[in-house]
Amino acid sequence: MEGQAKTLQETESEVVDEFSMFDEWLDKYEYLIELGKSLAAYPEGSKTDDRLIKGCQSRVWLDYRVSDGRIWFNADSDAIITKGIISLLIRIYSGRTPEEILSSDFSVVDRIGLKENLSPTRANGLVSMIARIKEIAVENSRI
Amino acid sequence: MSATDEIRPFFPALSRKVYGKSLVYFDNAATVQRPQSVIDSWNRITRESNANIHRAVHLLAGEATDAYESSRDAVRDFINAAAREEIIFTSGATASINLVAFSFGEAFVRDGDEVIVSEAEHHSDIVPWQMMCQRKGAVLKVLPVDDTGHLRLDMLDSLITPRTRIVAVAHISNVLGLINPVREIVSRCHSKGVPVLIDGAQGIVHQSVDVQDLDCDFYVFSGHKIFAATGTGVLYGKKEWLERMPPFMTGGEMVGTVRFSGTSFAPLPMKFEAGTQNFAGAATLKPAIETALAFRSGRLRENEEAVKSYLLDKLLNDNRIHLYGVPSSPEEKIPLFSFSVDGAHHEDLALILDKMGIAMRSGQMCAEPLMDRFGVTGMLRASLVAYNTMEEAEYFISSLDKAIKMLV
Repeated sequence: MEGQAKTLQETESEVVDEFSMFDEWLDKYEYLIELGKSLAAYPEGSKTDDRLIKGCQSRVWLDYRVSDGRIWFNADSDAIITKGIISLLIRIYSGRTPEEILSSDFSVVDRIGLKENLSPTRANGLVSMIARIKEIAVENSRI
Repeated sequence: MSATDEIRPFFPALSRKVYGKSLVYFDNAATVQRPQSVIDSWNRITRESNANIHRAVHLLAGEATDAYESSRDAVRDFINAAAREEIIFTSGATASINLVAFSFGEAFVRDGDEVIVSEAEHHSDIVPWQMMCQRKGAVLKVLPVDDTGHLRLDMLDSLITPRTRIVAVAHISNVLGLINPVREIVSRCHSKGVPVLIDGAQGIVHQSVDVQDLDCDFYVFSGHKIFAATGTGVLYGKKEWLERMPPFMTGGEMVGTVRFSGTSFAPLPMKFEAGTQNFAGAATLKPAIETALAFRSGRLRENEEAVKSYLLDKLLNDNRIHLYGVPSSPEEKIPLFSFSVDGAHHEDLALILDKMGIAMRSGQMCAEPLMDRFGVTGMLRASLVAYNTMEEAEYFISSLDKAIKMLV
């Protein structure tokens, strides 16, 4: 499979630009809900405990496979706004080499003004999801 | 001027704007906003009378001790305890239950004994008992709730055996908002010689509590849910029990004499108040109780009833919404509504409503067994007190409708 056409940093900037168009919180959420609803289907059979990232409120499942040195992520959540954010993360991090992933500062969710969704004290599954993406990249890097 | 218009200026946090909108604070069951009188009480002690209580002879210590001990008298009057020694200050309802679970357990629970809790308990009224049962080799038994959220009282008698040592039950569940028939539960348990602890964390806010009339053996609550400072709490216990229970924590003012050969302990209530107490916090219970009493009377009470009826009607008659804790009659319910919405996750709803200015609780609400009972991963909860207005309730209902339409 071919990797992504744009660099990881280019895609990050693209996402940040998209979100800068919204002044209203509810418009931001409308957009995330739309993204969440159109996220590629995640197989029910892969909603297993070992793929589950448990948050306090919403659950996130993260699966991946490696082919030709690139990591492809697939994920799902029972909460739709979280699912929308997942879809952004997949757009940025999926189909990248481990080195590309690790070149990210992972601040994109913060930069689009969704920092509260990532507050570790709220034990949101997304915090753990980003940590897990990093971990998977480290495990698969050839260092 | 409406009753709520008169009272709201005394709660500074209620005038806050969030995301450019007026704050609608519907998370009162988690913690209620503080009135100015409580803030002033805390400030006065901290600025003018800050000294460790009981120990010293100087003036400031006397003032701080008076503030602390007069709060004890206020609590005693508030719940009509037989004696001031029966009021123990703790850091909250959780600490109070932990104290009883430990000390009562040490004194009275043996291998093979049983403890009963209800299925609708907050984790704080489950886990301390579970830990005690593990230590003592005792068994934790559960009184279930039915589909409407009512306790299965018909099962209580058969759950109680000669090995039952104590029953712990909420006055009002923090999820269901139904007033449990605690007086009846106490009398039925007592008829079999079993003492009862009532978790009054929610009950104390919305009910007049008379511990002698209830005849309960222990009644616990947190200060921060009835307008007092955080980190304050009360354990009421009948003297006959408290005197036979060993101390929970030791050290500080709770001792009688200390020798390396052994220590004797101070009489009640200090026996259970080890270490420097949260005296600035405990003192706020006095003005807090005045607020709680005002909220139960006259037009504020009427307002609370009207808002409650409105919300109960709206939430019960919306077929997208499942309300948990459905009362047989409105008097049985406090203005606390936990619900789920078909096809919409509670976290999504809470996030959207937050951006509309409405603060609510979402998730498991520290009652995972109850979530399992109803087959949900979480719920959304609106909990009100008498300072909440009908306009806020109407705004909430229309905002909830908008949020559901965004998601479903």
